[in-house]
Amino acid sequence: MDARIKLIDVAAFLDRVERHGQTDDYRYHALKEAINELQSDEIGRVAKILNRFSDHSTEPIDKADIQGAFGAPNPNNK
Amino acid sequence: MVSRTTADYESLAYAGCKAVNEPAFWAGFDRSSGDGFYDYFRQITEYEPKRAAKFCIDHYCWLCINPKEAEDVGLAREVISIIPDFIQCDNVLGIGEIGLNKNSKNELLILEEHIQLAVDHDQMILVHTPHLEDKLKGTKLIVDALNNHSKIDHSKVIIDHVEEHTAKIVLSNGYWAGMTLYPESKVTPNRAIDMLEIFGNENVWLNSACDWGISDPLSVPKAALEMRRRGYDDEYIDDIVYKNPVKFMSQCDKFKLR
Repeated sequence: MDARIKLIDVAAFLDRVERHGQTDDYRYHALKEAINELQSDEIGRVAKILNRFSDHSTEPIDKADIQGAFGAPNPNNK
Repeated sequence: MVSRTTADYESLAYAGCKAVNEPAFWAGFDRSSGDGFYDYFRQITEYEPKRAAKFCIDHYCWLCINPKEAEDVGLAREVISIIPDFIQCDNVLGIGEIGLNKNSKNELLILEEHIQLAVDHDQMILVHTPHLEDKLKGTKLIVDALNNHSKIDHSKVIIDHVEEHTAKIVLSNGYWAGMTLYPESKVTPNRAIDMLEIFGNENVWLNSACDWGISDPLSVPKAALEMRRRGYDDEYIDDIVYKNPVKFMSQCDKFKLR
């Protein structure tokens, strides 16, 4: 039941984003791509989704201009 | 626990909690001077132990300037310079929670200076890893910084906030892994137990997030209940929620349960 509730919540969220015309947000696209991992037949879905939501660069950034995070790497920050 | 009410200590006591350990962390806002940290260190070495003792809970803490405020190198170095004044306090277990937040050059510089401080004063280390998209990269940078120091005893370092994609990086390098539990936003009790099933229960502890956000001091007891629901016996649960953290913290001579 718990997973059912959460899945329906995700569906409602996607509908809400589209209804309000917010699909330009890079995090919306990151989320939709990550959802594909749920269809995998292999164990390890959580790590794969977390990796999709991760910054894979290796060098420290020059300066921390903010303190928070957004949930997915911004493709415009190269 | 500076961000919690006295009623939270009472709830922990009712749940059977014997001791808490409180890392030096962000105050919910950036402090403006080293003096602010001096007062904060007095709060967690003098006042909080008394508040906890009213409920027969031993209070331990860790000292540092947290990564969120480490971008200001001048302030960070001022804070690092006053830490030795507090290291010998009875309830100080070591240096923490140091680490990274946005994985910047300055944060990394201050992390390295904290590591050197711990080595110079023979202190254990508690490390915070970044959240969300920054966690994977930050965990790798932190492990590299620790591995690059030849005098670090890996068994005396715990790297906290591990998740499914970072736990193996931490454990395979010989460090302890901390799983900080939140009601919903990060690692939940159920996910933590999943990770114990995947990565094993050696050199792992669970801890309840008790910060400024939505968090629950009783997350560890709730994880224990969930373990019981899954059929784990009392001995296994005791290893996870009690013996493992006692084993890690007992490496500091000052850690003594009454």
